[in-house]
Amino acid sequence: MRLPLPRLLCACALVLAFLVAPARAALDEASLAGLAGDFQSRLDTIEALGVAGGEDARRVLDALEAGALGVAGGRAVIVQGESVVAAANGEALALAASAVETLTVNNRVRRALGTARAALALASADRGERLAAARTLADNAGQSLLPLFERALANEADDEIRGVLARAAARVNLSSADPAQRLKAARALGESSDPAVKALLAALLEKQGDVWVEPNGEVRAAADMAIHAIDRRIATAETVGTLFSGLSLGSILLLAALGLAITYGVMGVINMAHGELLMVGAYATFLVQGLFRSYLPAYVDWYVAAAIPAAFLAAALVGVAMERLVLRHLYGRPLESLLATWGLSLVLIQGARVVFGPQNVELANPAWMSGGIELAAGVVLPWNRIVIVGFAVFVLLLIWLMMQKTRLGMFVRAVTQNRAMAGCVGVPTARVDTLAFAIGSGVAGLGGLALSQIANVGPAMGSGYIVDAFMVVVLGGVGQLAGAVWAALGLGIVAKFLEGWAGAVIAKILVLVFIIVFIQKRPQGIFALKGRFADS
Amino acid sequence: MRTPLTLRILHSTPRAGWIALAVFAAITWIAVPVAHAVLAEAHPLHLSAYSVSLLGKILCYMVVAVAMDLIWGYAGILSLGHGLFFALGGYAFGMYLMRQIGRDGSYQSDLPDFMVFLDWKELPWYWAGSDSFLGTLLLVGAVPGLVAFAFGWFAFRSRIKGVYFSIITQALTYAAMLLFFRNETGFGGNNGFTDFKRILGYSITSPEMRATLFALSAALLMACLVLGRYLVTSRFGRVLAAIRDAESRVMFIGYNPLHYKLFMWTLSAVLCGLAGALYVPQVGIINPSEMSPANSIEIAVWVAVGGRGTLVGAVLGAGIVNLAKSWFTMSFPEYWPFFLGFLFIAVTLYLPDGVVGLWRRLRARPAAAPDAPPVPTVHRDARPVSAARSSAKDPAELPAVKGAEA
Repeated sequence: MRLPLPRLLCACALVLAFLVAPARAALDEASLAGLAGDFQSRLDTIEALGVAGGEDARRVLDALEAGALGVAGGRAVIVQGESVVAAANGEALALAASAVETLTVNNRVRRALGTARAALALASADRGERLAAARTLADNAGQSLLPLFERALANEADDEIRGVLARAAARVNLSSADPAQRLKAARALGESSDPAVKALLAALLEKQGDVWVEPNGEVRAAADMAIHAIDRRIATAETVGTLFSGLSLGSILLLAALGLAITYGVMGVINMAHGELLMVGAYATFLVQGLFRSYLPAYVDWYVAAAIPAAFLAAALVGVAMERLVLRHLYGRPLESLLATWGLSLVLIQGARVVFGPQNVELANPAWMSGGIELAAGVVLPWNRIVIVGFAVFVLLLIWLMMQKTRLGMFVRAVTQNRAMAGCVGVPTARVDTLAFAIGSGVAGLGGLALSQIANVGPAMGSGYIVDAFMVVVLGGVGQLAGAVWAALGLGIVAKFLEGWAGAVIAKILVLVFIIVFIQKRPQGIFALKGRFADS
Repeated sequence: MRTPLTLRILHSTPRAGWIALAVFAAITWIAVPVAHAVLAEAHPLHLSAYSVSLLGKILCYMVVAVAMDLIWGYAGILSLGHGLFFALGGYAFGMYLMRQIGRDGSYQSDLPDFMVFLDWKELPWYWAGSDSFLGTLLLVGAVPGLVAFAFGWFAFRSRIKGVYFSIITQALTYAAMLLFFRNETGFGGNNGFTDFKRILGYSITSPEMRATLFALSAALLMACLVLGRYLVTSRFGRVLAAIRDAESRVMFIGYNPLHYKLFMWTLSAVLCGLAGALYVPQVGIINPSEMSPANSIEIAVWVAVGGRGTLVGAVLGAGIVNLAKSWFTMSFPEYWPFFLGFLFIAVTLYLPDGVVGLWRRLRARPAAAPDAPPVPTVHRDARPVSAARSSAKDPAELPAVKGAEA
């Protein structure tokens, strides 16, 4: 293919001029002539100002927004107090301010102004501003913005902004008269994961009467491919989203179940008030938040960190009180312990109702935990859940270190495996009981802290968790940390996938049925203890 | 030759028990119906509709408590899901009651109001036969019985017991509650069944009907007590108690605990279902909250308060707790959960044998005899699980039941 050199050079010069021009040139009178014309030409001129860019354009737009831009004698002028200056270059004119007919700013003008401002902001040095501007422009782009997109694409280094701009340009090009442009656009749009783009492409594949909306078959094929690509991307994002919510549910279950696994493992007692220990932890967090708001308002975002020891200690204290006052005296009577701890949970719930009132209390996410990562349109991974997953890992690590590396952990494991024998070799079983109960309860308190960041905090918030937590312990096998982890994550993820497929209630029932069937096969849980102590 | 069944039933309840039952029958079959339906409202001995409903409700609860005692006190299986069977019986009878409304509902439709509201055009298949009284009577026992049988079969076969079993039954009733809360399930969702009009064509609010239902509840309770007493004193009951106290030993002798547990478990569920069916017309409403885990666990505390493994204790416990409840919820509603919570704790800590155990202890003390004779209505084998651990008596009793089929 041969291109005549002179024409190529000319084209290069033109593009260069376009790129360089706005940075330095003052506006010429002609580019503002439209302001004196009819309404539509005014709107076009305003948009074109934004596309052209530069300091002078910004000055004119500022004036328009302030209601100081006007027309006098076919020229665009700006009223500055009593004096009047030319809009194009700011030179003073011998005109009275009263002779100027100022332009009214109605909604359509305001919209055009918004577009123009966004176009200006595309040249901003701040990445966030550019991204926001690109998103604004992408939503209501027309042919007139194409040169702007191309110019910005040439200068833009950030991949995310480039993506937004490229898709916006492609969207505009989709209605281009040139089939080659449309083909390119349809292919480019396949990179998107936005359902709105998908709808746009799908519109091309429809027939009006016997005539295709899109006459060119190649473009239609490209659009079809693009739609499939978008579908795949949305499906992947949704799967990742569901996996993540399963993971986050699993983390909450794990935090609730870790404590129960310890107390049940050591004492063989199901603490039916375990859910209420979550509630105690959550209310402790609420109190810490209140303290921060009153005394340290500058650090209120960090109340969650300060609440970690508070929630742990509050729940641990309640747990120790329960163990000392009630459970200790019911040793060897697991069913009665069940009833007594249920009674405790009733008392705790009603206590919270009396002290804090029956309504849910309001707990704010700190700023650094709000927002999220957007995977695709409508699929967001919220920061608070991400933090909770991390927190669960952290707590798990601490518990593991405690159980495996400390003397107390060794005692706890010994008592879990064989209480009588542990006692015989000198383990102070009574003290181990109390300490294990304190730690288990404290971990539940930490679970309550985590829960307070994603769910409502009210007197009965914990009651729904005891059964789920116990299921995790059963599935995982008693006294098995690894089992509890697998069971919690597995249950969480399975529950969330079932929920998407069959609804929350059916999912809950299916999970329950699954657990009952599972226990048929493996009564001792996923990780059964082997040896004589397994048969108790 | 074996003694005839009637004689055996007759002998299973001691004479004092029969006298007590006769007095109870006289009160519930004659005195209460007369006081409510015959005496004029101005009469000082007249019983109000509210009182009769309340007492009738408590009679139904007593039946549930006896059913609970049979499975917990005598088989050592603590169910935290008995509210489910009670509610299933109630729903089964509620379906009949809904059909009896006919076209008197607010939408004047053949379908129950909530179905019209959901824009359903015909009855779902599982409502078939709900207009027949006899069919409903069958369902009232069969539905809870079948659910319990299926669940028990799986659970007992894999030897799930103790707290495992308790928690799973609790999860079961919780899941059922969620299921019944859904409108699509076809049982009225949140609101359940209410606004009943008549049974067999007779108005449900007439004093005669109320008195009849009350007398029927009392009859059911007495039948449960007699049947329960017969069962627990029979060979079957001895094996069951042995399973409760030392399951492995019983298995090694050659019995299969599955059959014993499963029979008692299913029977207990059927009794609950019957109680539920009598409860619904007296209270006038059935909704999914009857299946909430809290309701089921309350049943356990009735039995614990009265004294496990005594049958009479269950009746006393249900009466005491429910009368206390209706008094508390009227006078100090906000303290009822505290009272109930502390009751749970206090009974398990200080009254392991319940009120009956306390009564026995008080009677034994003045006599100062180490081997005081047991109270006539209480069988001496009827001891709670805890006290029966490592008991030396059971092996001595076992040979007596060796003939029973495993």
